[in-house]
Amino acid sequence: MSRHNLTRRGVIKTGAVAGAGLALPTYLSAAGHEGFTNAPTGDTVTLGFNVPQSGPYADEGADELRAFELAVEHLNGEGDGGMLQTFSSKALEGTGILGKRVEYVTGDTQTKSDAARASARSMIEKDGAVMISGGSSSGVAVAVQALCQEAGIIFMAGLTHSNDTTGKDRKANGFRHFFNSYMSGAALAPILVDQYGADRKAYHLTADYNWGYTTEEAMASSTEALGWETVNSVKTPLTQTDFSSYIAPVLNSGADVLVLNHYGGNMVNSLTNAVQFGLREAEANGKKFEIVVPLYSELMARGAGQNIAGILGSQNWDWKLENQLGARYTGTNAFVQSFGEKYGFPPSQAAHTCYVQTLLYADAVTRAGSFAPCAVVEALEGFEFDGLGNGPTTYRADDHQCFKDVVVVRGKENPENEFDLVEIVEVTPTEQVTYAPDHPQFAGGSLGSCNNGA
Amino acid sequence: MDQIIVQVLNGLDKGSAYALIALGLTLIFGTLGVVNFAHGALFMLGAFCAVVFSRILSLSHEVVDETRTDFLGNPMKIDVPYMHDIFGPELGASIIDWAVPLSILFSIPVMIGVGFAMERGLIKHFYKRPHADQILVTFGLAIVLQEIVKAFFGANPIQTPAPEAFTGSFDFGVLLGFDPLTIMYPYWRLVYFGFAALIIGAVFAFLQFTTFGMVVRAGMADRETVGLLGIDIDRRFTLMFAIAACVAGVAGVMYAPIVAPNYHMGMDFLVLSFVVVVVGGMGSLPGAVFAGFLLGVLESFASMPAIVELLPGINQIIIYLVAIIILLTRPRGLMGRKGVMEE
Repeated sequence: MSRHNLTRRGVIKTGAVAGAGLALPTYLSAAGHEGFTNAPTGDTVTLGFNVPQSGPYADEGADELRAFELAVEHLNGEGDGGMLQTFSSKALEGTGILGKRVEYVTGDTQTKSDAARASARSMIEKDGAVMISGGSSSGVAVAVQALCQEAGIIFMAGLTHSNDTTGKDRKANGFRHFFNSYMSGAALAPILVDQYGADRKAYHLTADYNWGYTTEEAMASSTEALGWETVNSVKTPLTQTDFSSYIAPVLNSGADVLVLNHYGGNMVNSLTNAVQFGLREAEANGKKFEIVVPLYSELMARGAGQNIAGILGSQNWDWKLENQLGARYTGTNAFVQSFGEKYGFPPSQAAHTCYVQTLLYADAVTRAGSFAPCAVVEALEGFEFDGLGNGPTTYRADDHQCFKDVVVVRGKENPENEFDLVEIVEVTPTEQVTYAPDHPQFAGGSLGSCNNGA
Repeated sequence: MDQIIVQVLNGLDKGSAYALIALGLTLIFGTLGVVNFAHGALFMLGAFCAVVFSRILSLSHEVVDETRTDFLGNPMKIDVPYMHDIFGPELGASIIDWAVPLSILFSIPVMIGVGFAMERGLIKHFYKRPHADQILVTFGLAIVLQEIVKAFFGANPIQTPAPEAFTGSFDFGVLLGFDPLTIMYPYWRLVYFGFAALIIGAVFAFLQFTTFGMVVRAGMADRETVGLLGIDIDRRFTLMFAIAACVAGVAGVMYAPIVAPNYHMGMDFLVLSFVVVVVGGMGSLPGAVFAGFLLGVLESFASMPAIVELLPGINQIIIYLVAIIILLTRPRGLMGRKGVMEE
């Protein structure tokens, strides 16, 4: 039988040694994450969701936020799991990310680059966010992506369609799941020619900013390659609400197609004006006059109401994909079910891309075994996956752009409800929308090196 | 030639909106001496009166259709408007279809109420304060109204279509001897132009031919003297504020099918309308109307592709350029009265 003399000093010494021993694994684990910005040290990890909560895209931002919340719920093992069940990678088990419970902070981009950068900076510096996602404008995406690159944070872009995001403004720490202007042009042009003929003259009205330019360039070059002629391209101010002065000359310009390179409220108003001026019923060059909207969104379609009936456009994803086109688009129904039961309506493509980006980030961290940005970059570059609603998809290493099928849609003539506004016309296969990383529309940029930050 | 005619029509239509807003602004400035930066918000509130009234007419109850399924595979719930129950499907649908013109009846009391509340609750406390204070407080009010609308209706534009009878375009080409389809102009924009002419005419007739209007005009010229005659000019001016709010409101109601109502549409018009007022001459009602149409037409011409190609961006600055030129040569504006804003 041994005797123990418990002295005050002995207790303190023993306690100190035991404490150090117990703390050692934690210290080593933390050391494994050191050397990069906002290395999570506790039992939680914080993600930053930077969406427009005010300004013209606030409704779109609200839908993105719903999707982010759903993704966090699923990552933490709550709810029905959504696309975790269908995702081809099985690294995620609903136990957070690398065993850390996922928490999130939100910011308001106001759809302004400076405001978006300020809120992203705050989320990085004050809230310790290790990844930033979201947005509803290419200008915002490019600005926040550059900030994340400097800070050593991963940026998983939300809705951004300009070629430049993964073109001249691409960054090693930035990734885009959403499709781009080039892909819209490549997917739409053959269908436009098929539906309206090769002998067409197009008149472009283009939003006077970065996204408008790349969309006009993509649409013009894709359609011209198949025989169309571009008769005029007119830039319209982003603040314009009444487009009548721009629409009125279209009918007598020699054009028989109007391409509206507009988005959001601009598109709703320009399309409404075009329909009011009778372009849908008009004839030119002996043909029925047609209107094309390169980038559709469900919220825009709802805003434009009956005016979108019969008008062709492109989408990154549609909530009806799996039901209408089968198991290739598996994951779609799981997400729609999960989102629909929680919120009472189907998700928009903005919600889908934000949800998927969050899962892809979590999966990359888990596969890499580290939150370090360079490890995440390595895990995402060239990553091939399936089961997230778009069919087989690749995150190309050269520019961090996802390559997948593009959905071509048409405004429904007789929608059954406010969520069923577009019908899927065709899905353009990946090969048809894939381009070389140094394609002229994407030239001039370089990924540079990944940045781990601090 | 056809292009010129189209742009003249366009200009007159834009000018109608500018003139209606500028008319109300001038009425308020001429009677109360208040520079009302919330006037654009009143135009926006009018447009949302159309949205609200359309929604009231479309109030529905759910009927479950077991034969169809919704996006989750559950039995489809279909909204059946109460109007269909009360008046039958055909008449009910027609009433809903005519929601925008009918909204005028709804908007008049609403806007008069808003006008009264604004004038009695806020504006009257700023009569004797500098114009800068009035501008700040009314601009603040405009932002508050805008944010309230956004909180209730969201940031996206809300489609509020014209009655089906007025959708589509009128073939002006045939009317003027051109080839068919060369000059098409939307029916509803023609309706808007006619409506604006009617309202402008009614306001002028009211001021010109009624005793009330005569007293108001006298008060605009010399408020103190009219007051000394024992006339309660303040009460009349309050009513004029409510009338000005009502003019902006009905202008907004009828504009709803042209540009889908959105929370910032008032701000889009506000600066332009002030330029219109200044160009027309502060305090001059005919000046506001004339300048509204003039600047509307000039803006439309400046947006013609040939002009924009020659002078990129000219359509964005033409109104301000003209304002600078007119104010340099005629500091009181085209029809401005001596002494207004010159103290």
